Amino acid sequence: MSRDVKALQSESPLIFEQSKSGRVGYQVPQAPTSLPAFEAPAGLARETAPRLPEVSENIAVRHYVNLSVRNHHIDRDFYPLGSCTMKYNPKINDEMSGLPGFAGLNPWQSPRSAQGALQLMWELSQSLLEVTGMDAITLQPAAGAQGEFTALLMFRAYHQKNGNVRKRIVIPDSAHGTNPASIVLAGYGVTQLPSDENGLMDIEALKRTLDEDVAGLMITNPNTLGLFETKIAKIIDLVHEAGGLVYMDGANLNALMGISRPGDMGFDACHMNLHKTFSTPHGGGGPGSGPVAIKEKLAKFLPVPVLVKKGDQALWDWDRTDSIGSVHTFYGNFGMLVRALTYIKSLGGNGLRAISENAIINANYLRKKLSPAYQIHIDRACMHEAVFSGSNQKAKGVRTTDIAKRLLDFGIHPPTVYFPLIVPECLMIEPTESESKEMLDEFVDVMLRIDREAGESPELLKHAPYTTPVRRLDEAGAARNLNIRYHGND
Amino acid sequence: MRYIPNTPDDRSAMLRDIGVSSLEELLAPIPADLRLKRPLDIADGKSEWDVRREVMELAAMNQSAMNRACFMGAGSYDHYVPAAVDALGMRSEFVTAYTPYQPEVAQGTLQVIYEFQSMICELYDMPAANASLYDCGTALSEAISMARAHTKRSRIVWSEAVNPAYRRVAETNSVAQGVKFDCARCPDGHQSHEAISMLLGDDVAALVVQYPNFFGVIDDLRKLVASAHANGSLVIFVTDPMAMGVLMSPGKLGADIVVGEGQPLGNYMSFGGPYLGLFAATNELVRLMPGRIVGVTKDVDGRRGYVLTLQTREQHIRRDKATSNVCTNQGLIAARATFYLSMLGPQGLREIGETSARLTRYMQLAMSKVPGFHQPHKGPHLREFLMSVPGSAEEFVIFMAARGILAGVPLTRMGLNDERGLLVALTEKRSVEEIDSYVQGATEWTQGGGK
Repeated sequence: MSRDVKALQSESPLIFEQSKSGRVGYQVPQAPTSLPAFEAPAGLARETAPRLPEVSENIAVRHYVNLSVRNHHIDRDFYPLGSCTMKYNPKINDEMSGLPGFAGLNPWQSPRSAQGALQLMWELSQSLLEVTGMDAITLQPAAGAQGEFTALLMFRAYHQKNGNVRKRIVIPDSAHGTNPASIVLAGYGVTQLPSDENGLMDIEALKRTLDEDVAGLMITNPNTLGLFETKIAKIIDLVHEAGGLVYMDGANLNALMGISRPGDMGFDACHMNLHKTFSTPHGGGGPGSGPVAIKEKLAKFLPVPVLVKKGDQALWDWDRTDSIGSVHTFYGNFGMLVRALTYIKSLGGNGLRAISENAIINANYLRKKLSPAYQIHIDRACMHEAVFSGSNQKAKGVRTTDIAKRLLDFGIHPPTVYFPLIVPECLMIEPTESESKEMLDEFVDVMLRIDREAGESPELLKHAPYTTPVRRLDEAGAARNLNIRYHGND
Repeated sequence: MRYIPNTPDDRSAMLRDIGVSSLEELLAPIPADLRLKRPLDIADGKSEWDVRREVMELAAMNQSAMNRACFMGAGSYDHYVPAAVDALGMRSEFVTAYTPYQPEVAQGTLQVIYEFQSMICELYDMPAANASLYDCGTALSEAISMARAHTKRSRIVWSEAVNPAYRRVAETNSVAQGVKFDCARCPDGHQSHEAISMLLGDDVAALVVQYPNFFGVIDDLRKLVASAHANGSLVIFVTDPMAMGVLMSPGKLGADIVVGEGQPLGNYMSFGGPYLGLFAATNELVRLMPGRIVGVTKDVDGRRGYVLTLQTREQHIRRDKATSNVCTNQGLIAARATFYLSMLGPQGLREIGETSARLTRYMQLAMSKVPGFHQPHKGPHLREFLMSVPGSAEEFVIFMAARGILAGVPLTRMGLNDERGLLVALTEKRSVEEIDSYVQGATEWTQGGGK
């Protein structure tokens, strides 16, 4: 084992464990002593100071730099998490969102004094509407799940307005877990339909369930198997005929830009994940951004405030009687909006199409190159991601988890595993357009080697990884002996 | 195409290996009538310099607090962000990682979140905190869901002294859940026991209070908390984390759930997002908490490590039975708050609280001498207070903007029916000179300078 690995694998102290009474890391500007002193109201003064760490600035910096290198990240190496679109996050985007003219803007500023921000949101809105083929949009949702929920509230308001709020929303069994969770929050029941033998929505099953209780359908397209729903127009017609509305989960929009648009397919609403398709960084789990684009018939239900244009001035419209309300305290994750528009300006319309084309080629290349060793779930052209089953390897006594953990030893982040739930021992691989052929070839070599290892020395895989900052962790133990905060020595 | 490494030759070779003659064959599953038959109507891609120039032009159209004296607050505050927070917050290792699905290679993110949860518990004196939610409004919504799930009751009591923007989000998020909200009036700016406790009843899941309240007033809520508990209701505190160096914590005051806006902790105002929903609760409620939670465990070699825990609450496992649909946190924003709090320490937090409060008191005294300006709310304030402007608050703000001062937030912008009301906030960044200049401007306004 190399010295580097040994250093990396030494236990990392907590910032609290480096604390020493009297150390300071930040000097607060002081008000003149002539100013009145602050006295908390009787009985409301803090008695015991919060036990925050006491460290100098440089101790804090070293601590967090050392923690940072214990992360895998896209700037370091391949990160083919299916359905997460871990593409390169251009540096210029971050710099633009940090411009003083944006970073220093209070959200309550008048439209007149924040015109640049509003114009930016307007321009982004227009671009996203062009990509999706929709009529109107809200940028408020802070994540995809919040986007889903926002659209479902609009569906609800639409049906209510038409006199029957209805009872159920239909999803396929390949849906993201956030879909059913959002449906329940929006006050609907979940009807889950099995996929057909081609991995697509089962139209006959859909027909059987559609009635006046169905408020709508949520479907991911391309779906979570990486397949385009070839009969989507028919599916949407059926739901519309039954009086329902249709929502596209836009998690996989990276496959479609400039090629096909949800609005043209007939969808009534869709969200997009700016942190996937439009390159805003994932930040270790957020902040994301999940704008929702809709057809005109839903426009009056949009969350307030709605961005409108009067002449060349962009303004907030709060006066919307039928609005569902607000889903964010302000206007959404504005910093992410700056990044997304910067990305769109850098690429242009043709560039966005090139992104999707390259994402599709890369995914199909992996589908082809890996299929001799790994069982492709549905053997047909995929879109931006390829879904495999680890069943060949399971027959050798190795689980998909073991394959994933072994990949870590090669410096590669594993694909999404065990999702979608309908594929046994699932491996869902999304390379994105950011990766070169050389990187994909290297990944294929590693995956084929792991397959060989599965046959020759399965025990090697079962105990992997060996070279990561920590090795396999006892997750059950963490839930059983719950420790979610530092308690100090008391 | 600077973000795409594959060359035309690479693509041809790859298509050949895939076994197709062209990209078109791969697109075959998309029916022809669903294809876009024209290029996207979006301007051609530009050089980085051209893009920079265009975006900088937009930024320059805004009146930013970076070169003005900002007295605006109401949920978004102009605190100083130390350079080290920006430097750490720009590290690729934190910025370009995703949710820690593979904990072996996400120990950086996971340990930061564990430290974050620990710090939030310390600030609020609460036993448990999650990895954060989108913002304070959504955190309040989740707190209300949790209180409903725990008490099996459906009514919420709050007052006008809870930020109306947070209330609007909570109402929207609860619209399908059959929740009833009763709002007490606060004519004197206080959350009074009389007005609020009379709304309590055996169907009340939670009382929501803001502390310090929306108008900056520090209410003594102890009697109210006792009444709510006697009624079998939970108490949700909406609490500014920046007050926690100087004010008694919600935990000590009997809170069951605490939510807060974490933006002031090392994050920019950034026109309202990305922000940071803080969320803490008692041990009893942990298994109903929304969002990600990080816990400590050991690896096979016995080393300490961190994982996402209690995941059986979450949507990817429980689907329609999950406690919430939230599947991420505000990772990078929470990380920045952690960097910030580690440098601030207990002393820094106390000093920021004291400095802001002393500047606020100084300004309140100075403004009380300007004829025509009234401060309708008596009693102790922390770092924000309401003024009644002689004339229109909106016009006063425009008048002051010409002097390089962002004078505050007119209440009408929040949909409140008070054209004179102006909420004024001070952070440690404000100076006596800026306040004096504000007072001078206000004096000129009363002398007709604004007409």
